[in-house]
Amino acid sequence: MNHQPATTQFATQDDGIAKGDVLLKVDNVSLAFGGVKAITNISFDVRKGEIRAIIGPNGAGKTSMLNVINGFYTPQEGTITFRGNERRAMKPHHAVRQGIARTFQNVALFKGMTTLENIMAGRSVHMTRNIGWQMLWRGPALAEEIEHREKVEEIIDFLEIEHIRRTPVGKLPYGLQKRVELGRALAMEPSLLLLDEPMAGMNLEEKEDMSRFIIDVNQQRGTTIALIEHDMGVVMDLSDRVVVLDYGKKIADGTPDAVKSDQAVIDAYLGVAH
Amino acid sequence: MAQAATSLDTFPKYLLLNADRFRDRPAMRHKDYGIWQSWTWAQQMDEVRAFAIGLETIGFSRGDKVAVVGANRPRLYWTFAAVQSLGGVPVPVYGDAVAEEMAYVLDHAGVRFAVVQDQEQVDKILSFRDQIPALTEVIYDEARGLRDYAREGLHDFKEIQAAGRALLSSDPERARLWEEGIRQGSGDEISVMLYTSGTTGRSKGVMIKASAAVNAASDTVAFDSLTEKDSVLAYLPLAWVGDHYLNYAQGYVAGFCMNCPESQQTVPQDLREIAPTFYFAPPRVFEGLLTSVTIRMEDAGRLKKWIFRHFIEVARKHGEAILEKRPVPLSGRLSYALGNLLLYGPLRNVLGLSNIRVAYTAGEAIGGDLFSFFRSLGINLKQLYGQTEAFLYVTAQKDGAVRADTVGPATPNVDIRISEDGEVLFRSPGQFSGYYKEDEKTAEVMTPDGFIKTGDAGFFDSDGQLKIIDRAKDVGRLRDGSLFAPKYIENMLKFFPNIKEAVAFGNGRDFATAFINIDLQAVGDWAERNNIAYASYQELAGHPDVYKMIARNVDETNRRLAKEPMMAGAQIRRFLILHKELDADDGELTRTQKVRRAFVDERYHDLIGALYDGSTEKYVETEVTYEDGRKGKIRATVKIEDAAVHEGAAQPAREAAA
Repeated sequence: MNHQPATTQFATQDDGIAKGDVLLKVDNVSLAFGGVKAITNISFDVRKGEIRAIIGPNGAGKTSMLNVINGFYTPQEGTITFRGNERRAMKPHHAVRQGIARTFQNVALFKGMTTLENIMAGRSVHMTRNIGWQMLWRGPALAEEIEHREKVEEIIDFLEIEHIRRTPVGKLPYGLQKRVELGRALAMEPSLLLLDEPMAGMNLEEKEDMSRFIIDVNQQRGTTIALIEHDMGVVMDLSDRVVVLDYGKKIADGTPDAVKSDQAVIDAYLGVAH
Repeated sequence: MAQAATSLDTFPKYLLLNADRFRDRPAMRHKDYGIWQSWTWAQQMDEVRAFAIGLETIGFSRGDKVAVVGANRPRLYWTFAAVQSLGGVPVPVYGDAVAEEMAYVLDHAGVRFAVVQDQEQVDKILSFRDQIPALTEVIYDEARGLRDYAREGLHDFKEIQAAGRALLSSDPERARLWEEGIRQGSGDEISVMLYTSGTTGRSKGVMIKASAAVNAASDTVAFDSLTEKDSVLAYLPLAWVGDHYLNYAQGYVAGFCMNCPESQQTVPQDLREIAPTFYFAPPRVFEGLLTSVTIRMEDAGRLKKWIFRHFIEVARKHGEAILEKRPVPLSGRLSYALGNLLLYGPLRNVLGLSNIRVAYTAGEAIGGDLFSFFRSLGINLKQLYGQTEAFLYVTAQKDGAVRADTVGPATPNVDIRISEDGEVLFRSPGQFSGYYKEDEKTAEVMTPDGFIKTGDAGFFDSDGQLKIIDRAKDVGRLRDGSLFAPKYIENMLKFFPNIKEAVAFGNGRDFATAFINIDLQAVGDWAERNNIAYASYQELAGHPDVYKMIARNVDETNRRLAKEPMMAGAQIRRFLILHKELDADDGELTRTQKVRRAFVDERYHDLIGALYDGSTEKYVETEVTYEDGRKGKIRATVKIEDAAVHEGAAQPAREAAA
């Protein structure tokens, strides 16, 4: 009888980059929709193992920046270097293959499917058997399914969502849906995890829980995280470095303390007397 | 068997026996990573042994005390047996205790080791570790979040076991010595120290001797004929006597399988998957189950609703009789069989109660209707009465002799006596050997001839079942000497859905009276259906039709009281419906919704006076506190009604009590 599942401590993809080295580099990127310049000439980097926050007032270009990183938008100018490979145009599913996973500002789960199924969906990128095997669902395909299920169960345990394993996510409260979405992103075992406003619409307790999970993901799994967040308290507590955008331009970049006392940041958030 | 019985006086001895006689039968299951992981008795012994030997490597010695803190997890249960096998004493502690309470218990018990579930508990202990120099080693079950902690004095359960296993494989003599140590263990040693929950003052450490614990468990295992084929879901608080007794003690003696849920929130699902044969839950759990069933039926289609109502009615008529094997007409049997197919079976299955052979409830009074509902579905639900000091059982109902308002006769080998002033005293095989380091308090609860005072007032009913009526200190007497037990009367009133709260008066008075709070939801619902308009609680409470309805409930209560010789004297002569709801914000209730009698006495002094001076109404002004903290006044003229007194079946209680 098997007591404990093989403790395949879930991990990030091994990308051959040492902790503290640059994982993602954004160089002079500009993005425009017709005449609207969403991002203008922005450069920054994300180092492996850190929590990097992208903040800024509404319309500053935060989500656009995230969409550029995961390949949803292709910037007109500039380059993005991920794990040493320079690229400009790319599809999101290529980004996933390369090890970038994300969550969305408005939860984007399969509402009719259960928590378990949603997180399993996150594993599909790692499933190697073809559709014929999958339909047969015997032998190697079944073995593969079991292996993936074990990883998913580790994530369910990690995020403490055992009690909603079989609940359709559409029925869940918002805070739990956010957690399931994080679970699905984790299931991809990304080396870079993009979180778009992970605490949006949560109450204080849910925010504290989510912060805890983000820190645990970062520390225990060593996953590099880039997150967008409105709640300044959360950002300052969680992140190692912060980049501040305003009207599509970068106005500050540094540790939370440095950014907090930066005059340009204060002006952007509080407004200046004209 | 007799020879075996003399030597089997500790739980580790049972562990060795079970690892032999039930070698391949499941002893423990735990749902982890979505799958029920399972250990046989032989494997369980291996786990316990590895941990015990591991403990020795970090300096455990005979007589050491070990705090066990956390939820129901196999490793924490193994800790009990491992510590006992080395002649130590496990001290289970409530995992939700705040740091200060926990520090008190750990310090008072003088623990040297603490085996805890996770980071939360480790953090708590580290926060007060400086104040407890005796506590040197902390062992955790779940490593999550603890990676970066200072290692000194902090160990992973797995590592301790690994150290134990390494020793066992390098030194084959070790296992034999360990078993030898168990065989030489004595039943006179303290098996476990259970701290009372401390609702009335500081918690006290109740010491239970190994032989007492084993004897008590053997008696109840025989009483309910539990065997190795039974199974339980271990979901009650680990530090509570009920969990330690029902799951650990009975489990080792009977050799049945203990199942640990995945988490506190998954208990209902885990219950459904395991479908235990033995089950315990306090009344509020059953109440919750019934409510969830009722709510879900409200949303069902018409056909399903009809089936539900029809067959619940059939069950109400015949269910309990069939369960108790009393004669039932053939037509009733057929309807019930059909209902079992269509409703009761599926319902039991959904509730996780399909395989129940024996279920118990205890802790507070359970409503007759609620109790009967579950019994009528074919669930053998019974009542027991017990205490930490008794190592749980004092009384328990026998199959087939079950009633909602009593707790059964004394369990085998238990002696019960009612003291002069009505307090229940007992002497039992499992009784404690004293409060740890508090001889004075031990002496307070012991009588010179070795009985233990329960602090509860009660009496034996005509059929020999014990009836608990109230806390002994609350029980008083009317001026004519009849017994007056306020809580007993209040509970009887509160079983009516229309009555939310009640306060009875009568100690030192001529007769008993009561304040009544209506249940705004139930009565409001009734008002809506009967086209009675009302604007506030106060208006509804004063409505003549509401008074009529409550008067019927009071009358029924009196009728029931009249049937009981001990209680017949304290029938309610006059009552009133309070113009406001009793509220914790106004200090009338405790935060756990219990009536604060002294406070209510003082605050409503005028109204109580009116209950006894014969007036039919009384004008009062009452100060109230709104939710935002502002104060206001409620003015009302409260009506007071008389209630008829019923002739009892027997003579009033005076003679019986005197």
